[in-house]
Formats: sequence, structure tokens, C-alpha cells
Amino acid sequence: MSNANPFYGRRKSRSNLMMGLCMAASLFGLAWLVLILAALIWNGFSGLSLDVFTQNTPPPGSAGGLLNAIIGSLIMTVLGVVIGTPIGILAGTYMAEYGAHGKLSLVVRFINDILLSAPSIVIGLFVYEVMVVRMGHFSGFAGAVALSIIVIPVVVRTTEDMLNLVPNQLREAASALGMPRHLVIRRIAYRAARAGMVTGVLLAIARVSGETAPLLFTALNNQFGGANLNGPMASLPVVIFQFALSPYKDWQQLAWTGALIITLSVLTLSILARVIASRSRQ
Amino acid sequence: MAGAAQAAPGRTAVLRKFRLGNLLFLNLTRAAAVLVLVLLGGVMLALIEGASPALREFGFGFITSQSWNPVTEKFGALAPVYGTIVTSLIAMLIAVPVGLGIAIFLTELCPTPLRRPIGIAIELLAGIPSIIYGIWGLFVFAPFLQTTVQPFLISVFGPIPLLNAVFAGPPYGIGILTAGLILAIMVLPFITSIARDVFSTVPPVLKEAAYGIGCTRWEVVKNVVLPFTRVGVIGGVMLGLGRALGETMAVTFVIGNAHKISASILAPGTTISATIANEFTEAVGDIYTSSLIALGLLLFVITFIVLAIARYMLLRLEMKGGK
Repeated sequence: MSNANPFYGRRKSRSNLMMGLCMAASLFGLAWLVLILAALIWNGFSGLSLDVFTQNTPPPGSAGGLLNAIIGSLIMTVLGVVIGTPIGILAGTYMAEYGAHGKLSLVVRFINDILLSAPSIVIGLFVYEVMVVRMGHFSGFAGAVALSIIVIPVVVRTTEDMLNLVPNQLREAASALGMPRHLVIRRIAYRAARAGMVTGVLLAIARVSGETAPLLFTALNNQFGGANLNGPMASLPVVIFQFALSPYKDWQQLAWTGALIITLSVLTLSILARVIASRSRQ
Repeated sequence: MAGAAQAAPGRTAVLRKFRLGNLLFLNLTRAAAVLVLVLLGGVMLALIEGASPALREFGFGFITSQSWNPVTEKFGALAPVYGTIVTSLIAMLIAVPVGLGIAIFLTELCPTPLRRPIGIAIELLAGIPSIIYGIWGLFVFAPFLQTTVQPFLISVFGPIPLLNAVFAGPPYGIGILTAGLILAIMVLPFITSIARDVFSTVPPVLKEAAYGIGCTRWEVVKNVVLPFTRVGVIGGVMLGLGRALGETMAVTFVIGNAHKISASILAPGTTISATIANEFTEAVGDIYTSSLIALGLLLFVITFIVLAIARYMLLRLEMKGGK
């Protein structure tokens, strides 16, 4: 019957056309993921060897590895997360538990969301002004602080969201038994929201471990390893940046290998975070 | 009687301890929340302080001048600002329709078992660090554009006036267009995931009613879903724009770092963030460093405004959904 109506036929084919375009858009979007991963694996795997993990970054024209960059990245990421996570969790706790509808929470929520997507290079400039200029030299510690400023908004956001998911009856039951507010939060709400909060921290680590811009002029780079937080420190992303833009083939190969290492660890972290989150939901 | 009297002092002590603990914890968390505000204020103040020598030297001319000369120490922000805006525009032109298309596919068309995996894949795309896009863009994407797409664009638009200036050769591979395309790929997942979340706020009753009176799928999307979520979609687009404006590493690799404004989008250019990333550690002299920080301040103010509008729009949709 509908076939007999040319008007309906036109509407239907128009709809099919638009839906076809939407499907094409999805294929287009997924194709990039495949293309980028394929290029990374293709170019990165050939340079992957034990040397990458046991030797320091080489001078141009000779062989070497990424050891100092990997260690520097690990130190600064861990330190950044250690500084940023408690602050983020506490701030998120205030917004979810104490002042959920207060003015302060409203403003902090707004500002936090802006910090969440603020350009990370600006954070680098900020830490340069506040720490590097005052201390008189670049340092791994300044790099860690810059990373922690990126960690904080991520953790604030997930902590608040996860605490909001904890059913109020749990809190009411605990309060009815005479538990004071701070213990209700720490012993009941935190425990119920633990998986979600861990997810948030994992996502923050994933976000931070690929950050380059805030490290460029805080931690700078250091060709000779060493775990001295008070001096310049190498990191994987900065080494990739420097080596990829160099004219030396060895360096470019190391940059690809480093890129593969970063991507694999970031993807592992985000998938792990998702698994934890979905398991806790069941 | 005696037992109760003995318990009483113990109880007051415990209660006092509880109250103290609660007060401590409340103030600790509140201090952390205030710290988030202090951070933003601190960023603003530090940038203003760092930028003030350059702003005092060049005044308002800093924004309108195109010169960028470290030797004569004359600096102007026009070329980086232009590059930032044009690359972001190219990115949004591509990413907005594609991102909305994917979101529509995910919420309206996609078979349910495929929904989660595709959604996760798109979000993984968002998790890839920007330096990876950069190295891929430099070694894979730019040579591809240089050998195939750009010569094609030059030959197609060559005979057409006006457009032949926009697509004027030679094909460098790197340049404004390449940076815009890489940005589009990077912003795509952000727009998609927000649009998907926003589309799922449409009450099913509204859609079912439209289907019930014989609307086609596209008509439901166009007449029910999009009008209902308009504010949220704009918010998501602005959020993507905020990302594109501030993106640093991916752009730095492929923009070419040339301080000039060219009519052709195939020519190398620069953006605010790429200029800072490329030149900051090499900058000598207070005015040079200060000019770069002034660029950072400009970027921060622009993205702050865009992101604030985005959040406001998304908040408005949230309130609408809450009613």
C-alpha cells in the first residue's frame, strides 16, 4: 500500500539516505582508530627489543634505548598521581557529601569542568612561572606538579559522580546507628564507591601518561637518566617529540617505538578501568 | 544507676571526638574544593604577571600585529590567533556532522549488542594521547596528503577564482589543512560521546509518539531528537571546539610553524599552542618569553569563554531533563 504513495516513498528514501550517511560516518570514525593503531604497530614493533628497556637515549647516530625516558615518565606520573589524587578525592567528597547544592559546590563544579578541558600547555606555563622561575632551573618535581594539576579535575569529577551513585539509604542506615558524618563518608560511602573511584584514578593515569605539553618547559629533558627530582628529567612523550622531529633515522625509530609503548599502556589502563567499572555495576 | 553515671563522661568524650573528627574532615574537604578555585585563579594571575612586560610594551597592538621577530623583539599575536581559529574551524566543519552522524547511528540504528563495543572504540580514540596523533600525522598522514589529496585539490580548484587562492599550491603535506584534519579526528570522539549522552536524554515516549503517527527514522531525528537536545548538542560542539583551540602536540607536528598569514590553507602556518611549544625553551630575552606567555594568556581566555558557554549549555539541558 505504501508503495502506491509516491510521497511516502520519497520520505522513506530520504530517511534511508540519511541513515546510510550516519552509518558511513560511524565506519569513517572507526577507520581512523584502525589506521592509527595499524601504523603504530607496523612502525613501532620493528624497533622493539630488550635494548629499548635497558639503555638510555642515545646521541644522534648511535643505537640506544628509552630507559631514562621510561623511568622519568614513571616517576613523574606516580608522583603527580600521588599529589593530585588525595586533593581530588577530598574536593569531590565535599561536593557530593557536604555541600551538594551549596554555592561553593556549584562554582567549583563549573570551574573544575573547565579545568578538565583547559589546554594543558597553559598548565605548563603556569608551573613554569610559579616553580621553574622561582627555583631557577627545570626539575622533575615541577613536571610532577604540572601533571598533578591535570590529575585533580579528573579525580574530582569521577569521585563526585561515584559518590552520588551510592544509595542514600546506606548513609541513613549508618547515621541511624549513631555514626558521625565523617565516618559515614569514610567507612560507608567510600567503600560503596571504591571501584568507581579507582576507575577515576586509572583514567587520570591514562590521561597523564601521554601528556607532553605540560612537561616541555617544566621537566624539560635529560639524556642521562638519573632519578634526581631536583634536576631536569626525561619523559617518554617529550623524547618522542624531540626524536620524531629530528632528521636521524635511529631517533625516529625510537620515537615510533616509544609511541607504541605509550599507546599500549594507555589503552590497557582505559580498558582495565572499564572492566573494573562494569564489574562493580553488576 | 552507678553504671549510667560512669558511662556518661565516656559518652561525652566520644561525642566530642566525633564532632571534632567531623569538623576536621568537613574543613579538609572544603579546603580541597577551594583549592580547585585557587588553582584556576592562580593560573590566571601567573599568566597575567608573566605576560605583563609584553603587554605593557606592545599594548593592544599585540593582538593586531602580524610581525613576529625575535631579532628586533617585535611581537604580535595575529598570525597564531588566525592559525588557531582556522584550524579549529576546519576541524569543526568535519567533526560536527560526522560526530552527530555517529551519535545518531549509535542511538537510533545500531543493533543493541554492537552499541557498547562501538561506543567503547570511539571512546578509546579519545584516550589516545595527542602526541600519537602528531607522530602519525607527520610520518603517515602528511605524506599521504602531499602525494594524493593536495595535488588533487590544487588541480580541481585551480581554474575557479577565489577558491584557487584558498587551495593554492605547492603541496607541502604539512600546513593549516593537515592540522585541521588531524584536529577533526581528535575532536570527533568528544563530540560523539557527548552527543550520544545528550540524545539518550530524549524521553522514549516522545520518539514513540512520532513513530506512532508515521514518521520515518530521519523525521524522528530531525523533528524530535534534535530540537529536544539542541542546547546540549551546542554544548557538546563548544566543548569540542575548546579542545581543538587548545590542542598542542598533534598540531605542533604538522602545522609547519610559519609566522605568516597565507590565503591558502595548504600553506604552513602556526597556532598559539604550537608557537609556545616550539619556541618557549629557546626564547631568549624577557620580552620574547613574556610575549609567549601573553599568547598563553590569550589562549586561556579564549578557551575559558568557549568552555564556559559549553558548560552553561549542557547545564541548561540537564535542568530541562530534571523537570
